This record gives sequence, C-alpha cells and structure tokens, in this order.
Amino acid sequence: MDLLSLKDGESKKVVGINAEYAMKKRLIDMGITRGTVITKVKTAPLGDPIEIKLRGYDLTLRKDEAAKITVE
Amino acid sequence: MIIAALAGNPNCGKTTLFNELTGSKQHVGNWPGVTVEKKEGNYKKDNNISIVDLPGTYSLSPYSAEEEIARDYIINSKPNVVVNIVDATSIERNLYLTMQIAQTGTPMVVALNMMDEVESMGIDINTNKLSEMLGVPVVPIVARSGKGIEKLMAVTKDTAQRGIATLKQDVYDKIKNIEENKNDEEADILAADMRYEYIDKVVDSSVFKPQIKKLTTSDKIDQIVTNKVLSLPIFAVVMYMLFACTFSENFLFIEGLPSPGVWLAGVVESLWGSLTGVVDAALVSAGVSDWLHNLVIDGIMAGVGAVFGFIPLVLVLFVLMSFLEDSGYMARVAFVMDRIFRKFGLSGKSFIPLLMGFGCSVPALTASRTLESDKDRKITMMVTPFMSCGAKLPIYLMFVATLFADSNRTAIIFSIYALGMVMAVIGSLLLNKFMFKAENSGFIMELPKYRIPSLKSVGIHAWEKVKGFAIKAGTIILFSTILIWFLSNFNMSGMCDMEESFLAIIGNSIAWIFAPLGFNDWRASVGVVTGWIAKENIVATFGQLFAGVTDEAVLEAVMAGEQGLPAIGDVFTKVSAFSYMAFNLLCMPCFAAVGAMRREFGSMKWTLKAIAFQMVVAYVVALIINVVGNIIF
Repeated sequence: MDLLSLKDGESKKVVGINAEYAMKKRLIDMGITRGTVITKVKTAPLGDPIEIKLRGYDLTLRKDEAAKITVE
Repeated sequence: MIIAALAGNPNCGKTTLFNELTGSKQHVGNWPGVTVEKKEGNYKKDNNISIVDLPGTYSLSPYSAEEEIARDYIINSKPNVVVNIVDATSIERNLYLTMQIAQTGTPMVVALNMMDEVESMGIDINTNKLSEMLGVPVVPIVARSGKGIEKLMAVTKDTAQRGIATLKQDVYDKIKNIEENKNDEEADILAADMRYEYIDKVVDSSVFKPQIKKLTTSDKIDQIVTNKVLSLPIFAVVMYMLFACTFSENFLFIEGLPSPGVWLAGVVESLWGSLTGVVDAALVSAGVSDWLHNLVIDGIMAGVGAVFGFIPLVLVLFVLMSFLEDSGYMARVAFVMDRIFRKFGLSGKSFIPLLMGFGCSVPALTASRTLESDKDRKITMMVTPFMSCGAKLPIYLMFVATLFADSNRTAIIFSIYALGMVMAVIGSLLLNKFMFKAENSGFIMELPKYRIPSLKSVGIHAWEKVKGFAIKAGTIILFSTILIWFLSNFNMSGMCDMEESFLAIIGNSIAWIFAPLGFNDWRASVGVVTGWIAKENIVATFGQLFAGVTDEAVLEAVMAGEQGLPAIGDVFTKVSAFSYMAFNLLCMPCFAAVGAMRREFGSMKWTLKAIAFQMVVAYVVALIINVVGNIIF
C-alpha cells in the first residue's frame, strides 16, 4: 500500500520509493528511507498536497509524490 | 584571514546566527547568474574571520541552484572551515547535510542550534558523544539569544587553524567509496541510505527523547492555522492585512485612515516636497539659469524623490514578509495555495508577489525572494508586472471618462484587470514550456515549526532589503528619470517645450511601430515612454500634448475619471483605446520596477530578457485586441 492510503494520524513504516531517480533522491535526502516511520498529519484545505511527520519534523508533498512511497 | 562558510538546512537559524556574528555590517549580493542571495561579512569580534553565508540546503546533491552553489563553494572555493548549523529539534534530517559536508574533507564545526527549544521539549543531547561519533567538534548554541556563540567562534578559529577534517574518516570513506566506485544512480541512493543508517546510530546513542510524546505548541498552532474549516478564512485575513498594511488608504475599512505604508510614504513625500521647495528657492535666489534650475528640480530631485517614495512601501512590506517567513506561516501559504498555482506552473508562494502587484510592482517584485526555486522566482518576477498596479488605474479612468462614458465603466476597467491576470497565467505557462523546459522538481517542502520571530532579525532583513533597493534600483531609477527629463525638455537648439523636444522627435519616428495596434500617433508613443517613469505620467503627458492642459487641478480630475480629455477622441477609437490600455498594462513596467527586477534577478541579462518578454506580450495582446476588436465593432 502507498502513503496516500493512510488515514490522518496513522503511522506506517516505509518499504520503498517507486519514483524516477531525481525524485527518489530528493525524498531520500529528506529522510524518507526504508524503515522510517511516517505519520500522515492531514490534507491541505484544497485537497492537495498532504502533510506528513517523520524524523521529528513536518514535510509536505503532493499526492502524486505520496502515491510513489510504499509503506507496510 | 580565516574564511568560514555557514552551511545548514533552511529554517535552521542560519540567518539569525549570521546576523549575530556580523552585526549590521553585511555585504548582500547575488551568487553569479542566479537569483540566490549571497551574504558576506566579518565577525564583529574578530575582523580576521570572514563569514560567507551559503544558501540553506537540505543536501549537497546538485539538483537545485542553492545546492549547487553550496556544493561548489565548499569543494572549489575551499573555505578554511565550514560552520554547519544543525537545528537540534529536527536533528536527524539536519545531520544528513553534516555527513555530506564531512565527507568532502573540509574542516568543520557543528553548531547545535535551538538548544533552548530542545530542552523545553524534554530532549537531552549528549554533545560529547555526538561529537565523538561525527568526528567533528560540536558546540551547543542558541543563535537567537547569542548563547554559546563566542565558544563556537573560538572552536571555529581553532579548527580552521589546525586544518583538521573529521576524525571519523573511515565512516565517511566507506560511503564515499560506494559513491565513487559504482558511479551510478543505485550507488547514490545506497550512499544516501547508508548516511541515514549511520545517523540513526548516532542519534540512538546521543539523543534521549522523553517516552511520552506530547503535542508541541507548534503542533497546536498548526491544528488551528491549517485546519480544514479555518485555514482559508485565516489565510484570507493574513493576506488582506499584508496588502492593506502596505497599500490601503482606508485602513481596516476606516475612511481616510492611512495604513502604515501609505502613511510613511506620505511623510517621506511631504518631507521631500519641502526639501525640494527649499532647494527651489535657493536656486531662484542664486539666479541660476533656467535649464540648471529645471535639471535640479525636475530631473534630479524628482528622480531621487521617486526612489525615496518607494522605500516606505518596500520597508513595510518587508517587515511583514520577514515576520511571515520567520514565524513559519509563509510555508503554510504555499501549503494552502499550491493546488491552484501548480496548474499555472508557479509555486503557491507566487501568490504573495502577484497579490502585492495590484498595489505596486516594486515591493511585489522584491517579495518574490521567498520562493524556493530559481525557476519559480524568475517566472513570478516576469509576470508580476502584469498585475495592474495602482499607478495604471488613472490611465484607465482617463480613457473611460473620455471614450467609454456611455458604456459600463466598471466592466471596462474590470476587464483590463482581468486581462492582466489572464496574461500572467498564460505568460507563466508559456515561460514554463519554452524558457525553462521540464524543470519540474515536484513539491517537497518542509513545514517549519512556528516560532516567534526575533525583532532584530526582522529589522536587519527589512533594512538590508531597503538598502539593496535604494542602491541597486535607485541607480536605474535616477539615471532613467534624468534621461527622460532631458529628452522631453531639450532639442538640438536647447531647452524647449515637450512638443518640440527630442522625445517628440523619437515619438514621431517610432509611431509607425504602433500602427498595427491602432494608435499611429506620436503623442501616444511619447505617452508610452513617459509612462516608464511612472505609469500615471501618461495622463499628464496626454493632458499637455492633446489639450495643452498643465493645470494640476484639471489633471487630477482627469486622473480620477471625473473629467474626460475630448481631444483624445480625435486619435483613439474605443478599440484602439482598449488596445493602448492593454499595451501599457503589459509592456515594460516603470523604471522603479525595472530597478527592482535588476536587483532581484541579480543580472542585467535576465532583466533584459524579462523586459523583452513583457514587450512582446504587450505587443501581441494589443495587436489581437485591435484586429479582433475592429472586426467585431
């Protein structure tokens, strides 16, 4: 399943990233590595992007990008 | 001389530390070729330490202009030491950059910032253990209060002098070998994974978090501010306040109450007016010749006055912008607006420059600085002048009162404003497609913790902005004001009326260019040129050239749309008037805005590109209006 299917407040461990190189590298640089616990915080008021919490900080990414992150 | 480079993630307190270290003596410029700000200064307690502020980056992977600059600087310019600021409240992600810098073999010191916040969160960090595992000195600091900074600089100086890189070379070499030996994408990603694996180990043994997690104040604020129901109304109020504080003449809907920006602009204007009066009287009593008197009063004093006139707006907007930025709300602006602006090929943060553009392009252009990507920043700057600013309204009112008296005036004026917005969207889409091909870096952005901005840092930021504007933009504004003054007051035989001036000659010789747009008339061409000094000048030029009106009171009535200039009707039809309004809306903005562009682009080449783009758009749109309009009407 992917990150997008998490409910608000739900946490899951990252399994992998299914994106092209530049995007994948960017996400990993930001700390989304295998085994990292990600909590979905909420969706933006207009429906996109979403806010997630990981490694003690908050990150926002678009739904397209979130869909490329697979979680347990 | 020791050169110390400050490196760190965005929002790690790097700017605050830089301000603490250098005080007010800073040199602000741009890194070559990009719109990224470059700051340098000397340590205020030791002039032998020169500090270079690198752009805030999350990594040294060369994907964005900022990352490339930071990487190139550390590797090629070889600073004596890198001071890596780490936000201790999100230490894991911050240490990623630390590991990349350590890997370059440059001597470095870690400044562990935000120690006060960490303590209040109940987190305990063993800095000795941290230092041991990273192999570099770690100094805990609170940049905001200055705590630990002297110690930091002592350690920095010592590290630079000894020139020793990390003591944990084996850890970094292992990663480096993977990156270098198998030079492919897989290896890169493996190396990144390895860095975080090591960071996890470092954090496990040196950072002790409390068992029970409670919501931080920042989390609580965010629950309200970006809440599903409240976020949009809060956003609207914040944006309204930003605009109203800077531009509103009826602040908070109170009739006649000026906003701080307008009030300050008024004060500056009246002070400048009195000074001009004094100079005027002095010149007259000294009995100087007419042309000299005219040069000083209408050329120099008016030109410098124009620069000063914008400073209050830039100042007020920048105090507010720094406040939004430092408090963490700016990132939420992007979070809220991203969905809409991404469709236009812009960032959610483009909303602010574009909104401010309705007031005045000058502060609006300087506001584009908050955008992360170089591409978004450039495109936003190129289309911001399409937002119809306050100075363009008198032009529309003049035409509406003269030629559209029988039509729905509001609809005409609204359609011009709408045209500007539509062209900003179309322009941005075109620029995205043809000028900045496929530079889609996605939208992955940190939402920083909410913090109370420090007044000192807000003050320094706004002051830098004003100074940069006055110098960089001021030169262009002053020079071009004097040039146009000369062209409109002189011909080969000396001083003359505008009708016989060089400008009239130029107007005559370029009028044919505008024939396809419907206004082949030298006076209309002269209007375009005088409009570059300030767009509302077009009304005065038209008054003088079409009707011989120079009376201030009459011109003011025309500007307010209370009175028409019937003589314009001899040259303009409704269609060509609309085309003329569109042309002046979209073509090169006033010189003050050009100066602001020059300052923000940091390059004349990009400023000229932007002007060329605006001129082409203006010409094409006015042409379409004229051709299509004449078919329909």
